[in-house]
Amino acid sequence: MEDLARTRPESFFSDRFNITSSLLDRVLGSNLLGKVDDADIYLEYRINEELQLEEGTVKKASRHVSQGAGVRAQAGTRTGYAHTDDMSITNLDEAARQARAIADRAATSAVVKVAARGRPHDLYALAEPPVAADLGRKLELLRQVDAATRAADPRVRQVIVSLTSEEVVMLIATASGSTVGDVRPLTRLNVTAIAEENGRREIGSHGGGGRVAFDWFLEGERWRRYAAEAARQATLKLRAVDAPAGATTVVLAPGWPGILLHEAVGHGLEGDFNRRGTSAFAGRMGQKVASELVTVVDDGTIPSRRGSLNVDDEGTPTGRTVLIERGVLVGYMQDRLNARLMGMQPTGNGRRESYAHPALPRMTNTFMLAGEDDPEDIVKSVRRGLYAVTFGGGQVDITNGRFVFSANEAWLIEDGRVTAPVKGASLIGAGPEALTRVTRVGRDLALDEGVGTCGKDGQSVPVGVGLPTLRIDDMTVGGTAV
Amino acid sequence: MKPEVLVGVLARAAACGATAADGYLVEDSHGSASVRLGEVETVTHARQQRLSLRVFVGRASAAASTSDLSRASLERVVDEATRLARATAEDPHAGLPDPAELIGEVPDLGLEDRSAAEATPEARIAIARACEAAALAADPRITNSEGAEYSDGRARYAYATSHGFVRGYASTAFSLSATPVAVQDGEMQRDYWYSSARTRAKLEDAASVGRTAAVRALRRLGARKVKTAEVPVVFDPETAASLVRALAGAASGPSLYRRASFLLDRLGTRVAAPAVTIVDDGTIPGALGSRPFDGEGLATRRTAIVQDGVLVSYLLDTYSARKLGLASTHHAARDGAGVTVGTTNLMLLPGSASPEELIRSVRRGLYVTELIGFGVNGVTGDYSRGACGLWIENGELGHPVEEVTVAGNLLEMFAAIDGVGNDLTLRDRTASPTLRVGRMVVAGH
Repeated sequence: MEDLARTRPESFFSDRFNITSSLLDRVLGSNLLGKVDDADIYLEYRINEELQLEEGTVKKASRHVSQGAGVRAQAGTRTGYAHTDDMSITNLDEAARQARAIADRAATSAVVKVAARGRPHDLYALAEPPVAADLGRKLELLRQVDAATRAADPRVRQVIVSLTSEEVVMLIATASGSTVGDVRPLTRLNVTAIAEENGRREIGSHGGGGRVAFDWFLEGERWRRYAAEAARQATLKLRAVDAPAGATTVVLAPGWPGILLHEAVGHGLEGDFNRRGTSAFAGRMGQKVASELVTVVDDGTIPSRRGSLNVDDEGTPTGRTVLIERGVLVGYMQDRLNARLMGMQPTGNGRRESYAHPALPRMTNTFMLAGEDDPEDIVKSVRRGLYAVTFGGGQVDITNGRFVFSANEAWLIEDGRVTAPVKGASLIGAGPEALTRVTRVGRDLALDEGVGTCGKDGQSVPVGVGLPTLRIDDMTVGGTAV
Repeated sequence: MKPEVLVGVLARAAACGATAADGYLVEDSHGSASVRLGEVETVTHARQQRLSLRVFVGRASAAASTSDLSRASLERVVDEATRLARATAEDPHAGLPDPAELIGEVPDLGLEDRSAAEATPEARIAIARACEAAALAADPRITNSEGAEYSDGRARYAYATSHGFVRGYASTAFSLSATPVAVQDGEMQRDYWYSSARTRAKLEDAASVGRTAAVRALRRLGARKVKTAEVPVVFDPETAASLVRALAGAASGPSLYRRASFLLDRLGTRVAAPAVTIVDDGTIPGALGSRPFDGEGLATRRTAIVQDGVLVSYLLDTYSARKLGLASTHHAARDGAGVTVGTTNLMLLPGSASPEELIRSVRRGLYVTELIGFGVNGVTGDYSRGACGLWIENGELGHPVEEVTVAGNLLEMFAAIDGVGNDLTLRDRTASPTLRVGRMVVAGH
C-alpha cells in the first residue's frame, strides 16, 4: 500500500518520476516562454478504488491507477493542449512543442501575468486518506449498510451498496513562475434499494461523501441514515400516484434540490459561454435576473466538501464568488483564459476531469443563501402544487436558458398540506426567468450530502449544491396526469 | 502494441495465486481541432495506454487497471487485484467463459482506415473551419457559434486469458461536429449536427454537416411553449434512438438479475407494437459499434432483442447469463470496474412510411428533435423528459416548441408505436428511424 497521507506533491513527482520544479520551468521556458500568452504543465497521479456489494455479498472490487501530464499553451483565444500518460521529460518536451504549434501562428507578444490570488487553502488534510483505509473495515461497512437497508422494510428485495475512494495528487507549473500542488481525497458511499409489492417494483437511492476520511461515514452512524433513506424512498414510491402535468407552484425542499441553481443559473454564468456571448445571461451583468429574495454564491472554500478545492486545476486558489445578489447578476465563474480575455480576475473555477482534458470554467459548491421564511409556512402558503424533495440529474441548454431537472421524490400539496407521493417527473423552466418567480425563501439552507457530479464538454467533475426551502410560482411539471 | 506485456501480467497473476485471469490492453492516439468564428480555439494531441486486469481466486474476483506500464506498476496492479480478490466473496457464477467458445480467427470488419495517415493539426483545423464556415454562411441570422470540432484517432486492442488465448484488433475513428447559434429579435437558439465514421472517406462532407447544423438552429427560432395536452408524438431519428437505448438498458443482464428492470420476466412476451423489431449487430463492416469479439473474447454476432414486438433476447455477458440460467449473448464490455454489458450497433429496423407521411398522419401533435434531462426510470419504465421540437398542426410542421416535457411509460410508449419510418441511417452506435407514438402527455402551460 502506498502512503499518500503525508505526500507533498512536489516531492511525489520528483521522487517517482524524476520531474522537479526546475525541470518543469525548463520545459515551459525553452518551449513556450515569450511565445504565448499563458502556459502551464499539469501533472496528475490518481488512485481510484471501487467496492460494490449486491445480493448480500461483496462482488466487485477494483483499483485503478492513472497518471499523466498535460501541457497547455494559450495565445489570444487559442489553446493548444497535449497530454501523455508517459511522464518522461522527453514526452513533456514533445507535448510542449505540440501545444505550442498553434501559438506560433498567433500574433501575440509576451506572457501576460495573471496575478496569483492569495494562498492555497487547507480544506481537507487527512491523517488517513480514504484510499488507504483498511479494506476489511470497508467491506464490513458495506455489509452493515446492506443489512440495515433490508431490515428497514420487508418489501426491500435488492440492495446495492457502493463505496468509492479516490486520491489525486496534482502539481501545476505556470508560465508566471509559480508551482502549486494539491493532494485531494474524495469518497462516496451510495445505497440503492429495490422494493417490490404486489408486482410493483420501485427504486430508491441515497448516499453521501466528501473530501473526508473513511471514518466520517461511521461518525454518528451517517451510513444508517443513507440506508434508511434509500429504503424509505423505494417503498414510498410503491404507492406513488401519477404526477400532475402542466404549470403549477413548486416548493423545493432544502439541500440537493439546489441542483435547480446549478442548471438554471450556474452553467449560464460560467465565463466561457459569456465571453462567447452564447449564454442566455450574456450581457446581463448588473441586471435583475431573479427575485430580490435570491442571492446565489459559488464557494470552493468550504472545508471537506465534495466540490471544494485548495486550488483549482490551474493553480488559482478557490474563492467565494457571489453570482446573484438580491436578484441582481453580479459575477461570473472564471478560469484563467476567459478571465484574461474578458479583462476580469480568475475566480478559482478552472477545473478539469483529469490530465487528459484542458481546464474549463466550472462550478464548485453552488447554493442560495437562506431567507427568512419558516419552511412549514412556505408549504402552507400553497393551495395546489408540488413539493419536491429529492432529484436525479438535470440538464440545461445554455443558449436559450431552458433547463430540466428530474424529481425522484415529490408530493402533491393540497390546501397547504403535503398529501400523496407522486411518480418521478421532470420540472422544466427558463433560467433567466425561473428565479424571478421565487416568492418565498426559507431560513433552512442545507448543502447536499456530497454525491453530485457535473458534466460539461464530456468532462465530469465533483460538485456540491445547496438550497433553503424555496417556493417558485408557475413551473412546468412533466407528469402524466392531465 | 505489446500483447506480451499482457501475457506477462497474466503469468504473474497465476504466480500470485490467481486460478484464472483475463486482461485488456488499449493503446490509443488521437488529435482534435476546434474553431470558433473562424479562429482556432483548441488543438489537442494525445497518446494513451491502459492495461486492465480481472483475476479470479477460486470463485472470487477483482479488477485493477493502470496507465503506467512500467514493470513496478504492473507488479503493483497484479498484487492489488489478487489482494482484492481474496477479500471479495465467493460467487458460484463467477468465472471466465468456456475456452472452447472463444473466437477462433478474428475477422476483418474494416474498422481500421489503413490509408489515412495521421492528420496534421493544420489539416484538422481546415476541416473544422470548413464545417463552421458553411454553418455561418447558411443564413444571416447565424451570427454566433459554439464552434466546430474535428477529431481523429487510432486505437489497438489486445485481449488475453490465462488459458493462453491472445487476440487483438485495431480501429480508427473520425468525427466532425458544429454548434451554430441563430439570433433573431433578441432570441438565441443553438443546435448541433455531426458525422462520425471509421474511415475518413465515409465522414460526411464538412460543409454539409455545417449547413445541417445551421438549419437545425434556425428552425428553433420563435420557439414557444404549448398548452398541456395528450397528443401523438413523432420522434425524429436522433431522439427515437434514445428510446431504443433505454429499452436496451432494461434488457441488459445486470439490470435483470438485480430485478431493476421493467423487462423483468417478460422474455417471450409482447413488449412493443408488432411494427417494432430491434436488433444489435456487432458484425456490420465498417460500422461505429462493430467489433470482432466482446470484452470476454466471444465473437460478436447479430442478436434480435425485440422481434415483431416480442422480447426474444436479453443482452448478456457470461456472468449475468449464468445468473439468469441463460447463455451469454456476447455482449460483455470492459469498463473501469471490470466487465459489464454493452451494445454494439443497436438498431430499430425501418418500416415503410416516410417521415413526411408520419408527420402528415398527425392532426395535432409534437415533432420532437431534442430531449434533455434524465427522467427515465429503468425499473418502472416511467418516462418524463424535457423536449424541443416543432408543433404539428393538420399534418404540417408549424411553429417551434420549447420548455415542454413529454411523459409516459416506456412499455406503454413502445406498445403505442403506430408508425415506423423508412429512414434508418446508422449514423451512430444506436440508431432508429422516425417513430410515431400514438399518445403521450405533453406538458407546457
